[in-house]
Amino acid sequence: MQSLENIKAEAVVAIEAALDIAALEELRISYLGKKGAVTGLLKNLGQLSAEERPKAGAEINAVKQQLNEQLNARKASLQDAALASQLAEEVIDVTLPGRRAETGSLHPITRTIQRMETFFSSMGFEVVEGPEIEDDYHNFEALNIPAHHPARAMHDTFYVDDTHVLRTHTSGVQVRTMEAQQPPIRVICPGRVYRCDSDLTHSPMFHQVEGLLIDETSNFGHLKGLLEDFLHAFFERDDLSVRLRPSYFPFTEPSAEVDIQCVKCSGAGCRVCSHTGWIEVLGCGMVNPKVLEMSGIDPDEYRGFAFGMGVERLSMLRYGIGDLRLNFDNDLRFLAQFM
Amino acid sequence: MIISEQWLRTWVSPQVTTDALSHKLTMIGLEVDSVAGAAEAFSGVVVAQIISAEQHPDADKLRVCTVNAGDETVQIVCGAPNARAGLVAPLAKVGAVLPGNFKIKKAELRGVESQGMLCAGAELTISEDNDGLMELPADAPIGADIREYLSLDDQVIELGLTPNRADCLSIRGVARDVAVAFDEDLHEPAIPPVESTIADTLPVTIDATAKCPRYLGRVIKNVDLSRPTPDYMRERLERAGLRSIDAAVDVTNYVLLELGQPLHAFDLDRLTGGIVVRECKPGEVLTLLDGTEQTLQPGTLVIADHAKPLALAGIMGGADSGVAESTTNLFLESAFFTPQLMAGRARSYGLHTDASHRYERGVDFQLQRDAMERSTQLFIDAVGGEAGPVTEVGSDADLPVNEAVLLRETQIEKLLGISVDRVEIERILEGLGFWVVGHERGWLCTAPSWRFDMGLEVDLIEEIARIVGFDAIPAQPIKASLIPVGVPETRRALRMAKNDLVARGYFEAVTFSFVAPEVQAYFDPELSPIPLKNPISADLAVMRTSLIPGLLKAIAHNASRQQSRVRLFETGLKFIPSEGDAEQIPMLALAVSGLRDTEGWSTEKVVADFFDVKGTVEGLLANLGDRLTFEASVFPGLHDGQSAAILVDGKPVGRIGAVHPSVRKAIGIPANTVVAEVLQSVVTEVAMPAYDDISKYPETRRDLALVADKGIASTEVLSTIRIAAGTLLTKLDLFDVYEGTGLAEGKKSLAIGLTFQDQSRTLDESEVSSAIDQVLDSLRENLGIELRS
Repeated sequence: MQSLENIKAEAVVAIEAALDIAALEELRISYLGKKGAVTGLLKNLGQLSAEERPKAGAEINAVKQQLNEQLNARKASLQDAALASQLAEEVIDVTLPGRRAETGSLHPITRTIQRMETFFSSMGFEVVEGPEIEDDYHNFEALNIPAHHPARAMHDTFYVDDTHVLRTHTSGVQVRTMEAQQPPIRVICPGRVYRCDSDLTHSPMFHQVEGLLIDETSNFGHLKGLLEDFLHAFFERDDLSVRLRPSYFPFTEPSAEVDIQCVKCSGAGCRVCSHTGWIEVLGCGMVNPKVLEMSGIDPDEYRGFAFGMGVERLSMLRYGIGDLRLNFDNDLRFLAQFM
Repeated sequence: MIISEQWLRTWVSPQVTTDALSHKLTMIGLEVDSVAGAAEAFSGVVVAQIISAEQHPDADKLRVCTVNAGDETVQIVCGAPNARAGLVAPLAKVGAVLPGNFKIKKAELRGVESQGMLCAGAELTISEDNDGLMELPADAPIGADIREYLSLDDQVIELGLTPNRADCLSIRGVARDVAVAFDEDLHEPAIPPVESTIADTLPVTIDATAKCPRYLGRVIKNVDLSRPTPDYMRERLERAGLRSIDAAVDVTNYVLLELGQPLHAFDLDRLTGGIVVRECKPGEVLTLLDGTEQTLQPGTLVIADHAKPLALAGIMGGADSGVAESTTNLFLESAFFTPQLMAGRARSYGLHTDASHRYERGVDFQLQRDAMERSTQLFIDAVGGEAGPVTEVGSDADLPVNEAVLLRETQIEKLLGISVDRVEIERILEGLGFWVVGHERGWLCTAPSWRFDMGLEVDLIEEIARIVGFDAIPAQPIKASLIPVGVPETRRALRMAKNDLVARGYFEAVTFSFVAPEVQAYFDPELSPIPLKNPISADLAVMRTSLIPGLLKAIAHNASRQQSRVRLFETGLKFIPSEGDAEQIPMLALAVSGLRDTEGWSTEKVVADFFDVKGTVEGLLANLGDRLTFEASVFPGLHDGQSAAILVDGKPVGRIGAVHPSVRKAIGIPANTVVAEVLQSVVTEVAMPAYDDISKYPETRRDLALVADKGIASTEVLSTIRIAAGTLLTKLDLFDVYEGTGLAEGKKSLAIGLTFQDQSRTLDESEVSSAIDQVLDSLRENLGIELRS
């Protein structure tokens, strides 16, 4: 029978040399198992004298414990190594694109209308909509544009039949609002409008957002203030110069067109502003008393203002889109730029 | 309206630059569209006269000219065909700089020295003429700077006038506004009556005084139309964009530009009897000055003589009665036609003339006599002749009446937000021609005869505002009482649905509301779409009855640009013809074409199909739960076996399906394409959440593998199970569908999981088993479905 010392020395070497958990288990069995070498020594203790037994027992148990600890330590180290190598095998290229649901985008026109709606909603305006095939009365007559009025020539109207047109502006929605409701009125009317004109800078269909405010006290200064605030908010530039110029719309009096300092050249003059430094973006004015009266609102008691803007124009200025027709081609290479 | 700044400044000349003047014009409502020099910049060009022109010794086409340049005599070699002794022409002297920074130096041409260059009009950018030297009048001052002599330092200002400012379609009108804006004096030319030297008249009668309340005519005899138009007149006309024709036309155009009164000159010798202003007779035909023959429409006002119509009143003269070079006797017309009755008339003949443009918008109804006297004088000055007395007929009762309007001082501040000094108000209104009388509350103001848009107090306030300047009105924050806005929870904004679709990978499209009828007919052949009376083109001719054709056009656009995966949605109205007004119904539509996923390392390259789009619709309308169903249906333009009606509570709300392969081919879309369209109202209406207790007891699940006939719809199987399983069934999952090997022909296998649960106790095994038995019995009896063995 081997001596304890020999067994220990041999076992220590064998455990260190074990390469996997199974080998370790075999070693545990061969030394510490029921028929193992160390266990065998313990079994033989009986052959020793009563005096020798405790000392020898203690020595064997110490070796047993030492080997046990060594086995456990070696096992832990092998497990760590195995985990480490597993992790090493599981390395991924984290720069590969994720498995995602692709997102689309809102059309820049919608995006722009939503920005406008957000601004005016915050100022207490309600968003209202209306028909796009509009009757002559709501598109023209009720706005103080009788038949054969020269202003009709400015509209390039699409006719559906003798009494219906494709609305040339969303003002008809304002008329319908006034017919349905007494002041105070604060509404904006976004939507598609149509003009029988198609070239580089005109689309037969485009979008407008028009607004109407009717109450007892508003004046031209308020109109100016609201529109300046809007344009500053829209372009996120408080220093953007805004000017109002007298103009003519049959439904407002006084009427104005609103120019902003060219956002491209900051007023120095460029192709975008036809070298004037200014870009026209809005039409507006104090609502003509005749219009109020026709829609059932007493012009002696109430007054107010209206404004209208081309969505495409503002959107194109905001995002630097140079060609109006891109808005209606629905080319993904265009749309995907508005995620 | 195009005006010469120099001409304007003969009427009113504020001491400001052209820029400041044009800025002011814009800011008082006469928007300046452009300002351009009468000629480009050049220098060193003088009026010179060719003293002699000899043939060049070595060049056939060149002449050697001795030229008097005023302070010196120079030798010029010139190739112009009209270079001849005696000709007065512009000379660019040595050191001159021509447009384009072209410097003139001493040169030698074929061995002969040339000390400068004689110029054509085009070389100086004065005219288009490049055929020869510009011929100046023989009496032009030799040696004078050509820019000074031809007033080339003039600026040409183009105004974009609004339709209410017909009064500014003349120098006189613009000058009046400028004078008030700058608080300057207005220098109107004196227009004394021209004494008649002959007694000749032509009788004039008006049969339609409502349309023509005033008509003035005058005979001018023995004019010499071979005489040229005076230089100043031709120059001003050309700068205003009018071509000089002959003195007769030029004088009438000149007075039109100067005063704003359209005039017409007839050849007196071609008139029969006298002038009658009347409505046309049925079937009358008139050949106009532009050579077109017009059959006159009922209601058209004509100027006629006793035999025939001569001119379309206020629009265009006739070819037969117009002046020609041989004309020696004129009949000159200066008339007022009522704007409302002129409106649209020219357009109905496809015409738009300087005269009709003004008459439709309103010509000063007190201007006719001044214009007659002014033009008579200009005629006599230009082409000689003797004038007869003026014949004036008309009906004062039919002339427009400008009523006095009360302008309340308080209203000015109420409307504008600023107060304006009383003296300034009176200065502005009087300067603009109003007759202003003090009133206890403000003023009574009567508009001048050249304003047709001044019927209301606000019209007057606008006049004050535009002269005071909108810049002088300070911006103020709006004030308003807050109005509570109710937000019903059973509605969601369309923008929420749009965001949902964007998150699902769809791009929003905006397509035209008018489409090609033949494409639309693939999908809605039973509807006759609403046509436009004046479409922009044949492929945008009818209103859409569906959003699908527009989206497919967009799909085709992208497909032809190598996009392998397209997902689009659009919201908007469809237009359905109906008995009364068209129905305009808000819709939402989807279109998916090509690959299901973007090509990538982790995705399969699979073509999207019906279920991708159906999944989107289900996801979008998830809130509806079981209320949303799909029913196999055949729709025109869609794949017969891959299309369905979309139903909510059993009512149709839309359609979904793969586009029919032949339609796809016709439209030019190569890849499989699926479309869906639903009412927007279904998307924006949402159910109010109602909480149900969550059971504390465990659930029990049983999976069934069933074999059914292929033709049986899965919804039918599921609803049969739902009914048979009773109230303990809480969930039903169809988790596999299989056809093929291992199954009989015409059969399919469905794997379905049934989950049972009770609110108040744990279910025992026998309850679940008996529910499953009921399910299997019902499936067997109703649908012939068996458990898969």
